[in-house]
Amino acid sequence: MQTQSITQKLANPTRFMALSGTLLPWLAGIAVVLIVYGLYRGWTAPPDYQQGETIRIMYIHVPSAWLGMMGYALIALSSFGLLVFRHPLADVSAKAAAPIGAAFTLLALITGSLWGKPMWGTYWVWDARLTSVLLLFFLYLGLISLRTSIEEEALASKLTAVLALVGVVILPFIKISVEGLSIPWLGLEIPAWNTLHQPSSVFRADGPKIHSSQLYPLLYSALGFTFLFFALHMKGMRNEILRRRVKALRIAEVDLARAKEAVAAAE
Amino acid sequence: MDLGPHATFIIASYAIFTLVLASLTAWLMYDGARQKRLLEGLQAKGARRRPRSGETESTQ
Repeated sequence: MQTQSITQKLANPTRFMALSGTLLPWLAGIAVVLIVYGLYRGWTAPPDYQQGETIRIMYIHVPSAWLGMMGYALIALSSFGLLVFRHPLADVSAKAAAPIGAAFTLLALITGSLWGKPMWGTYWVWDARLTSVLLLFFLYLGLISLRTSIEEEALASKLTAVLALVGVVILPFIKISVEGLSIPWLGLEIPAWNTLHQPSSVFRADGPKIHSSQLYPLLYSALGFTFLFFALHMKGMRNEILRRRVKALRIAEVDLARAKEAVAAAE
Repeated sequence: MDLGPHATFIIASYAIFTLVLASLTAWLMYDGARQKRLLEGLQAKGARRRPRSGETESTQ
């Protein structure tokens, strides 16, 4: 089938290495340009009328939080690709995304905490939003630990994929924790939890609630860090493919040595 | 640029953010160079992978 052959073509690691080798410098270059431009505009924008200069933290905190969640969604999607379609690169993608997503989630927690102290008067509260993002970070650590604790690659891949798919429930929970959920035609009404964290100011049904002098720098910055995420992810995938080739060659070497020993013993 | 009374929090945020992302990038670059060196070393020694039946290319 035509579709299958396209999928197979895209799944070929050698072809991926060639394509990613060309794309990677461009992704990294675009990321640097967008990040520098976004942060420059963010730092030259007027301070917020309520939060003053601490609004500068938003340009790194908000993209970190978005990318922490996007990273997990990418792992879940890759895990689905591995378990259902047995795509050869799906497991490579899931494994490469875990440390990057964990880093961005950790950064969302740290920068949020440093933003919270001057604005809320505390570094941390055990409310729904902060706690659910902390759980997301622990889920990342769980995925990384589970994979490294199992020596057999195929088994580790499958178990990690199952855990990733089970854990994906955390993503809507993070979103609902601050804003609640209302779907009248389904009769579904989930109230927002009590929290110090403000609701989303950008992605809202009634449009962004943030001034354009802050919105555009934030969007440029977020886009730049998204490019950076994919550049790092692509680099991580390339490393993983090389690691598996090294492993395969080492196993082949050991097999060859054993075969030679067996022939020598028989003679 | 005067960052006001909360300058420490703003500077600390950016410093930690830069440190974590720079460390992650450096680790990925180092890991990539290491795997490439190992692979080239094995290939130079003449190591070759035996393809499995019906297989042309794989990540394993």
